[in-house]
Amino acid sequence: MTPKAPRFNSCLIMSPAQLDQLLQVLIKRDYEVLGPTVHEGAVVYDHVSSTKDLPVGWTDEQSGGKYRLKRREDGALFGFVVGPQSWKKFLFPPVARLWQAHRSDGLFEIVPEVRKPTKFAFIGMRACELHALGVQDKVFLQGPFVDPVYKLHRENIFIVAVDCIQAGGTCFCSSMKTGPKAGAGFDLALTEVIQEGRHQFVVRVGTKAGADLLSQVPHEEATPADVDCAENLVAEAAKHMGRTLDVNGIKEMLYRNTEHARWDQVADRCLSCSNCTMVCPTCFCSNVEDLTDLSGQQAERWRKWDSCFTTDFSYIHGSSVRSTPRSKYRQWMMHKLAYWFDQFGTSGCVGCGRCITWCPVGIDITEEARVIRESETFASAAG
Amino acid sequence: MIHTLESVIREHPFFQDFPAEHLPFITGCAKNVQFPEKHFIFLEGDPANEFYFIRSGAVSIEMVIPHLGPTTVQTVGEGEILGWSWVSPPYRWHFNAKTLKRTRALVFDAKCLRAKCEEDHDLGFEMLKRFANIITERLDATRLQLLDIYGHDD
Amino acid sequence: MATMTEHDVPQAVSTDPMIPQLYRIDRVRDETDDTFTLSLVPENGDTKISFLPGQFNMLYVFGTGEVPISISGSPAVTSFLEHTTRSVGIVTKAMGLLKPGDRIGVRGPFGSHWPLNEENGRDFVIISGGIGLAPLRPVLYYLMAQREKYRKIVLLYGARTPEDILFRKELERWRGKFDLEVQVTVDRAASGWRGNVGVVTPLVARAPFDPSNTVALLCGPEVMMRFAIMELQKRGVPHDRMYLSMERNMKCALGYCGHCQYGPGFVCKDGPVYRFDQIASVFGKSEV
Repeated sequence: MTPKAPRFNSCLIMSPAQLDQLLQVLIKRDYEVLGPTVHEGAVVYDHVSSTKDLPVGWTDEQSGGKYRLKRREDGALFGFVVGPQSWKKFLFPPVARLWQAHRSDGLFEIVPEVRKPTKFAFIGMRACELHALGVQDKVFLQGPFVDPVYKLHRENIFIVAVDCIQAGGTCFCSSMKTGPKAGAGFDLALTEVIQEGRHQFVVRVGTKAGADLLSQVPHEEATPADVDCAENLVAEAAKHMGRTLDVNGIKEMLYRNTEHARWDQVADRCLSCSNCTMVCPTCFCSNVEDLTDLSGQQAERWRKWDSCFTTDFSYIHGSSVRSTPRSKYRQWMMHKLAYWFDQFGTSGCVGCGRCITWCPVGIDITEEARVIRESETFASAAG
Repeated sequence: MIHTLESVIREHPFFQDFPAEHLPFITGCAKNVQFPEKHFIFLEGDPANEFYFIRSGAVSIEMVIPHLGPTTVQTVGEGEILGWSWVSPPYRWHFNAKTLKRTRALVFDAKCLRAKCEEDHDLGFEMLKRFANIITERLDATRLQLLDIYGHDD
Repeated sequence: MATMTEHDVPQAVSTDPMIPQLYRIDRVRDETDDTFTLSLVPENGDTKISFLPGQFNMLYVFGTGEVPISISGSPAVTSFLEHTTRSVGIVTKAMGLLKPGDRIGVRGPFGSHWPLNEENGRDFVIISGGIGLAPLRPVLYYLMAQREKYRKIVLLYGARTPEDILFRKELERWRGKFDLEVQVTVDRAASGWRGNVGVVTPLVARAPFDPSNTVALLCGPEVMMRFAIMELQKRGVPHDRMYLSMERNMKCALGYCGHCQYGPGFVCKDGPVYRFDQIASVFGKSEV
């Protein structure tokens, strides 16, 4: 049980108590430790000061338009999947002031925002969320312009990822090849194992920073049996996904069907409420608002989350290009599953299922895609 | 003179693929004509018994609108056809046609042509086909003009 | 997207690309009763203006807002920027009230540009409507400055009425001095107007250019461009020699806010100038 620097890519064992110690080390190192917590009947990301703040003994039941937390019997720390929030709220804050301007004598000066660097530690990031982080990195960091807000928050992040050992009711990360096992991009990854009276975490080390942190906390080497056990749990989860999505040629399939009747059918149900865009971990649309105070001498520019479902999102020359629910839903889904490839080289969807769970009418992106795809098969089979 | 007229008519895009047997009759309906600048070729309400090929110059199709005054809604230029009201009853012009500059044209006796078209439906069809094209083009243009696409958005 | 050989496509350089550079109004010229041109000079005297025809800036009026406006001046001029805009919304109306000496924020230049450098030896047919002539004026300056490199240059221009024709004097000068064929048409006119009345479409059908060796540049209302493209297609101009400037709602001009998405691309970075074959599958589609 002597702390020593673990090897890269090695597997180790930690107890829940040792995980708590890990959190304390992070806090001592001035990290802003953020993780899942229970609040108002949902799992949301907030400050955690110890493992007690995690949703200990909670699980979630999710389906189209439904989310409930239920008690577990085993005291798992991470026995749920994802809630209505994603980690994007820390890197791409819902509201952010971009600058201020002051006017005097008819001239004005701009005062850039002074932003303090942050040190976030994300505890409990799921595999799909790691992928979502990579997707948003492409948007905000790898385009022709770099977003300074995202870059600032992204620079110092420490990530403790968590493998999913149970699949959620609306999850389809297996189809999207984004989980349930956490891939690259973490400092540490945990698989929670509760079996035969044991409760422990199999820890994978992803980076030197992860190894360094772990060396501050007692831990043991994992045996091959431990590792197998963890991997089996995750493999089982992969087999029980609540949803599936056939991604073969999905971009071309959607491009072929921009006028499919299904868009009219989903439009009859869609309320353009924009929940899907708010909960989606990759959606990045924002609005820019220029404001003044009553004196008219002080101005500010703010950036706020926006959604392609809002009425004026595509407003130009007196009216909106996309004014019907049909065109808005089509835009959102085609962007997520098709246009994103052309824009950023990957799918925009990570299979987390949030849009299905949090849609008030339970519209299911996997079902919409399936219906359109099957109609093609049917059509060609019928000759 | 008729030889020149016939070749002018035959080579005009409007008469492309026109059956050769009808050409002499058509040519017989045509004469050269010239108008000075700012001349009213026809006025709204006049009997519409002609149509014109504009060989050179330009003609403005206009209406007098109470609060706008005389307003041009179309110009017809070199190589274009002026006038289709001869096709439908009551055979009256709906607009004024006023030259913008000295204009040379071929004028066709539409009254005579109408009578012949009633007798010879093949000829009638060939003429109507071509005039339908012109009317479609003008209708498309008019619709675009109506949309006021360069106008104010609000 | 082809690039100019003399220099890289200039893009806004700043640690924070959402912060405008400060410029001041040097001149305001009323072009028509609702359209005006601003000449802007950078407050920082060291700044050299650099842009390619077709690009746009985001112009910020203190406290009111920011809008994308195409650059309408000559790309050879480095000491001031010109923007021609119609006064239609809150921000452009406020912009129309600015006076020489007032300060304005400028971010940019952004976006893709008209293909000019690699089209030597071709005919150019430039089809514009209304305010759409403004983003094409830099092209005309560029072409006139090297007139001998190109064959026929034809400008077809549609406007609402004769009073709405932009840059009349310049068009006359170019027509006379540089062998630029200019055909203007208006939607309607009082009877004193001796020019064309009618839409741009038949002008495209009859314009004197060689379809097998022509580049077509289009900028104007989408409806006008649609019909003009049909005429160009009828004459056999291939899709990869037609270029259009598209417009969509823009907020950031950086590719993040998502507002300007047009099919699979963003108008602020994949456009505003598009080669037609790249957008042929979405152009004219309803509500895309």
